[in-house]
Order: sequence, then C-alpha cells, then structure tokens
Amino acid sequence: MLYIKCPYCGLRAQKEFSYGGDATVKRPNINEEVSSEDWDNFVYMRKSPRGKHIELWQHIAGCRQWIKVQRDTATHEIFQTAKVTEEIR
Amino acid sequence: MQKYSVFSLIKNAFSNHQNWEVAWKDPTPKSEYDVVIIGGGGHGLATAYYLAKEHNIRNVAIIEKGWIGGGNVGRNTTIIRSNFMYDANARFNEFGMDLWRNLSQELNFNVMFSPRGIINLAHSDAQMNAYARRGNSMRLNGIDAKLLDRDEVKKLIPMADFSDEVRFPIFGGLMQPSAGTARHDAVAWGYARQADDMGVDIIQHCEVTGFDVVNGKIKGIRTSRGDIKAKKVGLCVAGSTNILAEKLNMTLPIETHVLQACVSEPVKPLLDGVVTFGAGHFYISQSDKGEMVMGGDLDGYNSYAQRGNLPTIQHVLTGGLALFPFLSRLKMLRTWGGIMDMSMDGSPIIDKTHIEGLYLNCGWCYGGFKSTPVSGWTFAHTIAQDQVHELNSELRLNRFSTGHLLDEKGLGTKTWIG
Repeated sequence: MLYIKCPYCGLRAQKEFSYGGDATVKRPNINEEVSSEDWDNFVYMRKSPRGKHIELWQHIAGCRQWIKVQRDTATHEIFQTAKVTEEIR
Repeated sequence: MQKYSVFSLIKNAFSNHQNWEVAWKDPTPKSEYDVVIIGGGGHGLATAYYLAKEHNIRNVAIIEKGWIGGGNVGRNTTIIRSNFMYDANARFNEFGMDLWRNLSQELNFNVMFSPRGIINLAHSDAQMNAYARRGNSMRLNGIDAKLLDRDEVKKLIPMADFSDEVRFPIFGGLMQPSAGTARHDAVAWGYARQADDMGVDIIQHCEVTGFDVVNGKIKGIRTSRGDIKAKKVGLCVAGSTNILAEKLNMTLPIETHVLQACVSEPVKPLLDGVVTFGAGHFYISQSDKGEMVMGGDLDGYNSYAQRGNLPTIQHVLTGGLALFPFLSRLKMLRTWGGIMDMSMDGSPIIDKTHIEGLYLNCGWCYGGFKSTPVSGWTFAHTIAQDQVHELNSELRLNRFSTGHLLDEKGLGTKTWIG
C-alpha cells in the first residue's frame, strides 16, 4: 500500500486516490498556432522515466483535489507532494 | 543437436539423465555481428530464431540483461488468443495462431499449446451487442467466434454464480474455441535452443549501456561486457523500452506500468479454458498442475518495480469472487508482477526508426505472450528486409501522428486504466 500525503488532508492510503499521469506534460497554449508535432508530443509521447517521476493524483475519495506527487517509479518511494498549482523541484 | 523424443528420454534414463547436452551455450560476445537483438525474452528469442530460419541470417547475438525467460515471458498468464475486432490486430494474431499450432513440432520442444477456448462474459444486453459485433468482425477475418447465450455459458462453466441475487448476472458471452494456453517457459527455451543450434549467440547477464550512432546510422552498442559492433540492432525489451529510448534521445508513445498476477493452490480439474469477467477486470484459467491462474488490472501508476501492491490484488479478486464464489475457499499460492510497455492505443509497434539500422518492437501492453511467434516472425522480416511486412504494416510508430490508431478498447491515452 502506498501512503500519499494529501496537501489538504494529510497522510492517506493509496485506495483513496486516483492516478492522473505525468504532471510534466504541458498542454500547448490556446489561441496560438500549434504544430501537429506539438500536439503529437502532448497527447502521445511520454518519457516514463525509471526513477523520480512527478505525477498527478486526485484525492477522489477525500477532498477531491488534484495534487502533484514526486515518486520513484523503481522503488515506489514518495519524496514530495504539493498542490497542483505549486511546483515540485 | 540432440533430438528430444521418447527414445532419447529412455536412452538418457540409463545414465540417470546426467548426459543430456546443454540446451544452449554460454558464449563470450564477439566484437561484431550482423544483427544484435536486445532483450532475451520470448519476442527477442523468436526474432533471432526466425532471422536464422526464414532469412538465413545467423551471425546474430541476443543481449540479455538478466537471464533468458526471466522477464515477462515467465511472468504472464499464458493466454493465447486472436479475438480482436480490428483487421490489423486480427490478421496479425491469427497468423500467430497458425504458428502456435505447429510450434511444438517445429521447435522439437513441447510448449504444451492447449487450445481449450476463451470465453469473454457479457453482463448486459449492450455488452452482448458489442460481442456480437466483435464476433462478426472476427469471423470475417477467418477466426472462429461463437456467441453463447446464458444457458450455453452455464453448461461450460456451471461453477460460476448463476443465482438470482448476483449483482452482475451473466447474459452470455463470446467464445473463441481455438484460443488457449501454453507453457510459457517452454516457449522461451524452445526458441533459445533452436536459435543457438543455428548459430545465434545468446549472451546473458550483459546490460546495454549505450548506443553508437554515427550520422543517423547505428554502428553498434555499448554493454557491460564491452562494445559490440552491429550492422543492425533490434529492440525487444518490453517494459525497459523507455530506458533504452532515452539513451537514443527518442521519446515514444509508451508508458511503463506494473501488472500483477497470482495463482491459487492446486486443485482438481475444474475449469476448462480461459474465462474473463465482463463487469470488472478479471481473468482466470487453470494450469495443468491445477492452480487457478488469475490476473486483472494494472496497479495504475508508472512503475518499473516488477512487484505491485496488495490493494490491486484485492480489487481484482473481488471481481473474481463475484464471478466464481468458490475462489473464497482457496489459498493463494503466490503473486508476482511484471512491467508492461503500455502503448497509447493499446496496440503494439513493430517498425523501423528514424535511425538507420535500428528497429523497434514494443508497446505490447499486457498482451505480448500470445503474439510471441508472430512478433518474432514479422520483426525478423522487418530487420532482414529493412521494410515492414504486410502483417505489421499498420503497427507502425507514425500511426500516432497520422491518426491511424488501433484503439481496440477505446480507452484513449490513459494507459493505466487498461
């Protein structure tokens, strides 16, 4: 069982959360010309690193907020969590 | 090479089975090969075998970080099927079914291919309609499909919950009678033994640390056991695809996730063939030893751990219990995990790349085992001829940018939901 510290609710079990994927993928800006390649990169291409990974989770069975989690994809260790508006460095 | 037969078995019994030939050698890597295949799993071994057999390219090395058959080919739930709706996937895997049917004879190794059928259960009228559509598509591609009503399902799996109180009643199901299971280790070992006999070097405990690319052309690889020159290099590394892609400065439409499976203690013969639950993600078959072999959802987050967490096993088995209440009386023997190269549309990629002489075989999601022979066959063709075969002409990398996706389940790019 993973234990994830929700920035709003504190430490909670993995079962309360729902995964939302790589948090470093940036959507192309709206109202600007976007090349096919940029769309392609945004929609399909993923680094999927082995090691530290910043990802989105939703506290779906809690406060329902989206949060950022920095987690190791090889050991499952969680280093940091933050509100979705905050940066993880 | 010594032929395996009942006579060689009897002959070797007289010497207490001490004098069998080694099944494959343990060579030191040469400095140069015509083709290097990275990854000694089922797909890599099959690729090397078909390169030697179909294309007479025998100066081939398989580079494996661990030991052959130690990854997903030894971790899957051994299911073999071709019940796909889209033409590209259906034709590809049905060609593979023909390879499976003759594989034990061809490899002189009993892979225990046992076509006892797969039943995908339906729990609503809408699901029955969807299965009728899929079954029709399969039959148009020459694959056997049979739509079963509730009573027909009950005859085949009477131990399922057919009571009135059940939350998801069984409406019927779609059956592919020619689907089945095989002994996965034997597939890896059978391919390895034949490939080795034709001159392929199987190099184990050798990790690839980098690539030598000059002017957009592959020249060789760097490994923990020294540099190896190669005219052509094929990547067959499943869950490790992204790690090697990073060394090549490539980004792929792939995420790596962990999938768990589990087996119960062995019991007497009970379940013939494979059954999948239609109201949750759960599938089950019974091994020849009598264990119930079960699997279901991914753990649901990017992972390279080759092990998962208990909540997913509990969730999967909740679905299992809803379908087969008798499972509650069985003890769990073991659980394990493997890492899956989840592609963004759920279908594989077998293609050339923008680097000349570098070929890619990945994106198998959690369905790679069934495609082992056809994956090796088409990948060998792609490498040998430097062009894709008709069978993998739609399994190309550029389908994501051109929009020709093969999204069999319609899940979109949330790979972890699959």
